[in-house]
This record gives sequence, C-alpha cells and structure tokens, in this order.
Amino acid sequence: MLAYRAGRPIYVREFLADVERVGAVLGSGAHVLNVCADRYRFTVGFAAALLARKMTLLPPTPTPEVIAHLQRLAPDACCLTDEDECDIELPRVRFPEGGADTSGAGSTAVPGVEAGQPAAWVFTSGSTGTPVPHPKSFGRILECMRVAALRLSLRAGVSYAIVATVPPQHMYGFETSVLLPLAHGAALTAERPFYPADICAALAAVPRPRILVSTPLHLRALLAADVRVPEVELLVSATAPLSPELAREAEQRLATRLLEIYGSTETGSIAVRHTTESPEWHLWPAVTLEQRSGGTWAKGGHIEQPTRLCDVIEITGGDRFLLHGREADLVNIAGKRSSLAYLNHQLNSIPGVLDGAFFHGDSRAGEAAVSRVGACVVAPGLDAAAIAADLRRRIDPVFLPRPLLLVASLPRTPTGKLPEEALRALAASQHKPAPG
Amino acid sequence: MSDNVSPLRQPAGSAEVAALTRELADLIVAALNLEIPASEIGPDQALYGEGLGLDSIDILEIALVVSKQYGVQLRADSEDNERIFASLRHLAEYVNAHRTK
Repeated sequence: MLAYRAGRPIYVREFLADVERVGAVLGSGAHVLNVCADRYRFTVGFAAALLARKMTLLPPTPTPEVIAHLQRLAPDACCLTDEDECDIELPRVRFPEGGADTSGAGSTAVPGVEAGQPAAWVFTSGSTGTPVPHPKSFGRILECMRVAALRLSLRAGVSYAIVATVPPQHMYGFETSVLLPLAHGAALTAERPFYPADICAALAAVPRPRILVSTPLHLRALLAADVRVPEVELLVSATAPLSPELAREAEQRLATRLLEIYGSTETGSIAVRHTTESPEWHLWPAVTLEQRSGGTWAKGGHIEQPTRLCDVIEITGGDRFLLHGREADLVNIAGKRSSLAYLNHQLNSIPGVLDGAFFHGDSRAGEAAVSRVGACVVAPGLDAAAIAADLRRRIDPVFLPRPLLLVASLPRTPTGKLPEEALRALAASQHKPAPG
Repeated sequence: MSDNVSPLRQPAGSAEVAALTRELADLIVAALNLEIPASEIGPDQALYGEGLGLDSIDILEIALVVSKQYGVQLRADSEDNERIFASLRHLAEYVNAHRTK
C-alpha cells in the first residue's frame, strides 16, 4: 500500500506504472517545478524526476518574480501541473492521467536510486532579495525521515496512513507527508484537507492507524470547530511552536499523543518534542548544535552543510535545547518563512517606491492567532493599492503588509539606519484602525 | 444534493441574505482585525486576492466564525467552495441555506 486517494488504496504496481508514464512526458530538461496539488501526483512526479536524474524545484510560493528568478537559475525548467489552468510562465507539462491498472501486469521491481543523487532544490529567501537554492540529496532526506520515524516512535512493520494539511511543496510537508511514508512504508493520502470538516473526512476515509500531520493554524481551527474527529494514533505539528495549552487540548480532544517537529528549510527536521511533557526539544542522534559568533549552528547527520538556525536557542544538555523565539529578521507567518531584508528588497524594487520598510506586527491576543507584518512606504506617485498589487506579483500574499502606510519619510538615523522602535512608533502614529 | 438547499431557489430568503451579508461583514472585520469598516465592504466585492485581499489564513478564520455562529461546516472539496468566497453575498447565501443555528 503506497497511497490512498478518496479512500481508494493505490499499490506499488500502479505507482510504478504512473511514474513511468510521467517520466515519458517530462522532456529533456534537468529541472522540474512540481506544483501538483494532489499529493499522490506530486509524489509520482517527484519519483519520475528522480529516476530521470532531474532535480525537483521546490520554491516558496511561485509568484512571477520567483519564477523569473528560477528561470535564470535553471533555464531548462518545466512546470509539472495537475490543474487545467496554470499561470506559471514556464513550459508546461500536464500530469498525464492513466486508468488504474488492475490487470496485475507491470513490474513491481522498485528501481534503485543512488543515495548521493541530488533530488531537490528547496529555497530560502536570501537577504539580498533573491531566493537561495539548497540542494538536497535523496539519501539524506530519506535518512532524515528514517530518524524521524524513530523519534516519532512509529512502530516497525505497521502500515500507518498519513493525512496531512500541509502542501507537499513545503519542506515540512515534503518530508513528513511524502518522504516519511516512503521511508517507513506508510501510506500517504492524496488529499490536502483544509477546513476542519475536510480533515475529519480525510481521516475517516483511510483505515487506522492514522497519523495527522498539521500545523498550529490548522490544529487551532480543528479544535475550535464543532466536529467529531476520527481516531488518530499520532498528531504531528510543525512550522511554529505550539503552546502547551493548545497541545494539551489537542491531546485531550483527540485522545492521542501530539509530537512537535523542529527544523528549517535548509536542515530539514532535526528535533522533536512531546510538548505536554517537556518544553525541551530532542535532537536527531547524529545532529549537533554549536553556538558561535552570536548564532546557533546545526551540523552532522543528514544535514548537507553546517547551517545557522534563525531562532534563539538555549542548549540545555547534550542533545536537548529550548527555543526562545525567532531572530529579529526572520518572518514566519503560518509556517511561511521570509526575512524582513528580503521583503524590504522586494518593496524597494517597485518602480516609484523611494524608501520602504517592513516591520513585525504585534501578536494579536488569542491562542496561535496569526501575527502579520506591516510596512511604511515613501512613494509620492503611488497609492497603497498599486503598491499592494505590485507586491502581490513578488511575494507570497501572507506577507502583504497589514497595514501598508504611506509616509513622507522614514525615521532613519543620520547613518541611514532604521531603528525598529522608531519605525513602529511612526506606524502607530499613522495607523488609525477602523472604528468599532 | 437536493433542490431545497440551493440558495438560488429561495427568493423568499433575500431579506435574510441582505441582513446576513451585513452581519458577516461585521464578524469578518472583527475576526480578522481588518483596517476597513464593515460598511465599506461591498456585497459583491471579491474576498480573495485583489478584492478584499484575504488569503487562506483569513479564510480558515472566517470558516471558524461561520461554524461557531451559524453551525455551518465549510468543505473545500465541495464544488461550491470557490463560489462561496467569490463575494460576501455568495457567502451569505450559502450560510443562509445551510445554517443550523
């Protein structure tokens, strides 16, 4: 059993036939932007690319700006899509549907892939305004998920069904909803449920034992909704830390364990914690943390190269640490990460914008409510709507500034620096929330 | 799906829909902490994208409000989903037709 779609099991034979069919239409380029929304089709596309020694590209939201950048990095890239309409400006390959092969013919011999073979590029938003690619080898991401299976205490030989609310193109979703099933022999589910009722339906459609892979955003909605959640064996959350209260509520309501995963796009998953038992994170066995030059670096194990983590970390013991929030420049909105530097670069690249700066919004009251970013902009000839429309072409809409304030000038120091307090004070003086 | 849940066949509900449209505008502005007053959200303005500028995080928040206030569980796999969020009026029509409280 490799996957479920709408409750129907998909076996290895059918998967391999699908992989072969997709491999035949991928063309000669060495890079594939895989935007398939259906997780099974995404996985087929990924495997087909892997076998043809093509690199799967996993950028953050494919805005026109990001696509233009991708094209410079990988001029031969094509876009594999399972939608009829796709406005991504790359040569398009429509995912070829085939009938379910129930004849029993076809091979079940799984083709081999070298562990060192590059499999994917994931991207982080660099500080210079261009997304930075990070190559991932197939062997390392698979190894990372073998360790994840141990750390999540998955039982060997048990075929779990994994339902996930996160997209397969996001590093956490790619790992836990595509590669963890492959590494552990669990079944993935094609659907990506969104609303609480969708999550319940997706869980109910697959047999137990089930794992729900989700985020604080979706879990909070699930708990707040008046729905009966089918039994799950394990809840997994990542992208932002959960509060102990929400974790406890989730465990009680769903009568199960909730484990949180910590990681980053560059490193993949590196630690896990059982939030209701301890705030401490437990590192993967071969991964180590090192603190130097004001930052925390992760290395070893599946990590391709020592990587500076963008979080404030306190090492509490050999393989344990505490998380004390993000570093000032990092922006994390509902699991989508960027940096103020990147957003500022994009804002200041808009014709007509003379100066502009993003700032962190205040966390709103309430459990896990999403905190947005705001921006002050100096652009005498433009209005806020025009700036927002241009930004929409450049950055993920979750980073669109709320509020977007037009100002006469930014409170820069004589040396050109922009103290965050001065910027926030300016924003507060300009910003008049709607009455009532 | 039976005919009696199609909002288009319930002309008698138009007054309720109009009232619900205003009510939803208030709820949405409060839940999302929006910059604009509820009265400035046009009933036919797009909620997503270029219109009101909402994204999927906001939509999930609205789904919660609608679930708590009216007992309506939204489903992404229903064909209506895209239509429901096409405008405030569409959302109001859907809620009016499916509300359990």
